Amino acid sequence: MSDNKGVAVYCEIKGDKILPISAEGLSIGRKLADNLGQELSVIILGSGISALAPQAIAAGADKVYVVDDAQLKDYQPDAYISVLQKVIKQVRPQIVIMGQNDSGRELAPRLAYRLGTAATLDCVDLAIDPATKRLLQTKPVYGGNAQAIIVTETDPQIVTIRTKAFTALEPDASRKGEIVNIPAGLDASVIKVKILNRVIAEIAGIKIEDATVVVAGGRGIGSVDGFKQLDELAKLLKGAVGASRPPCDNNWIPDTAQVGLTGKIIAPEVYIAIAISGSSQHMSGCSGAKTIIAINKDKEANIFRHARFGVVGDWKKVLPAFTQKVKELLAS
Amino acid sequence: MNIIVCVKQVIDPEAPPASFKIDAANNRAEMKGAPPVIDPYGEYAVEAALRLKENVGGRITVISLGVNLLREVVKKPLAMGADELILLEDESFSKGDSWSTAYALATTIKKKGEFDLILCGREASDTNAGQTGPAIAEILSLPCITLARKIEAGDNKIKVERVSSSGYDVIESPLPAVVTVSNEIGQPRYPTIKGIMAAKKIEPIMWKPADIGLDATAANQRTKLVKLFQPVHEAKCEFATGETPEEMAVNLAAKLREAKVL
Repeated sequence: MSDNKGVAVYCEIKGDKILPISAEGLSIGRKLADNLGQELSVIILGSGISALAPQAIAAGADKVYVVDDAQLKDYQPDAYISVLQKVIKQVRPQIVIMGQNDSGRELAPRLAYRLGTAATLDCVDLAIDPATKRLLQTKPVYGGNAQAIIVTETDPQIVTIRTKAFTALEPDASRKGEIVNIPAGLDASVIKVKILNRVIAEIAGIKIEDATVVVAGGRGIGSVDGFKQLDELAKLLKGAVGASRPPCDNNWIPDTAQVGLTGKIIAPEVYIAIAISGSSQHMSGCSGAKTIIAINKDKEANIFRHARFGVVGDWKKVLPAFTQKVKELLAS
Repeated sequence: MNIIVCVKQVIDPEAPPASFKIDAANNRAEMKGAPPVIDPYGEYAVEAALRLKENVGGRITVISLGVNLLREVVKKPLAMGADELILLEDESFSKGDSWSTAYALATTIKKKGEFDLILCGREASDTNAGQTGPAIAEILSLPCITLARKIEAGDNKIKVERVSSSGYDVIESPLPAVVTVSNEIGQPRYPTIKGIMAAKKIEPIMWKPADIGLDATAANQRTKLVKLFQPVHEAKCEFATGETPEEMAVNLAAKLREAKVL
């Protein structure tokens, strides 16, 4: 192997806070670094971000590498990969942890191949092999039907982690750490693609990622009007409406509501799955929910293998009565 | 516009979960009783290529890499309207990882030459790795845009809508470039009878590792699959009872209230 040492977390920021997924990365990174008896470092990229380094230290980092440059104000993959490549070559970590999100999905593999190594995306568990000290990377495969444990034989071992697969540490403001500034030294010629516009879809009400209750519908809902009934229950429970893939493909509901491997990965307190069969690819998105409640007319539907509570019946008859009863119970 | 689409043959992800089995001795998965299919994500990439061809003209070459490739399966993109198929079929590919697969595909693309755009699915439905497209871009030093939901061809450039968690980004790239396609692009077309007949007449180009300058015996994987397993779910669902669906619904609500879930 190489003489690379330590665990590095690529820490993303939004406004004046580190992203929850980065705090989750720091938490598992801390555990892995302690297990290896090595340092946990953090890499932060952006513009006007120097005040964020103490947050990363409070979240578990020993050392924070800050690249503060006006050219890094907004995410641009070519620029970010180029800077990350430079920082990682300098820091020489054994493990690099990123988030499996819009940026991590493309940064991790491109960075890995540029560094002559490999990446494993969407890990739900990470551990050090006691014998070899290599990173055991567990990730869902076959749309969630199975999980694979993968070992990267080159350094650094780059991974992205699935949202909410790990729990962030309570910030500890008394933790001490070192802050190192690294110049971006960005050569503008590396930038190949141009981001012309960022379109934010308007979402009425609570965002599905933030909702404590999600009422989700599947193919059997059948129409835009069907989803209005789900919306009524969601509003009552101060939650959000989600969907499996078919309703999104049929434009009954916007793509941003899609829960699953290729949509949102969420972990609400309560997930009410209505007319959802529970394909593995959908369950990948909601299996982190604390309590799953299923309404489905097929007793054999896979969703009932995951649900804590259920009703076998036609949702068109079950849902109105259920919503009405919930309304009464909440009022009493 | 010359478009290359990389598509793989996979076990049918739409087969019922109960038919999914793992061959633990070989760390392989299979769908009992369900024939393999073209990867659904790859089909979205084929669809994206066909729409571009309809708009600006051009030629679509499909590349598939693997073992035991069934002709009726890997010819589906041809039946949908692609023009040419290159098959890289060799036992040595069965041991590959994301890196070695992307390297073999990139080498094939280089040998083929004459391309403006390379399309891949956002990930494959079997490995869910999501790395082939970005890796090909890095190996060939090309611009890369992932998760496309719309591609518009312009004068030696493309404009792509990239899916984001909060909406989408509009990104422009010079050509040649690599784009990975997401399901938001829209439903892939079904092959027509005419398309199926045309596909029958197209003989795939068969290349072996040596044809693209690869040493089939050399290990060039960077990762190792240690174990493949199925997570266990204990069925412990508590069903609400009742004479009618409405009664069951009322009982469910009461049960949830009692358990302090709501």
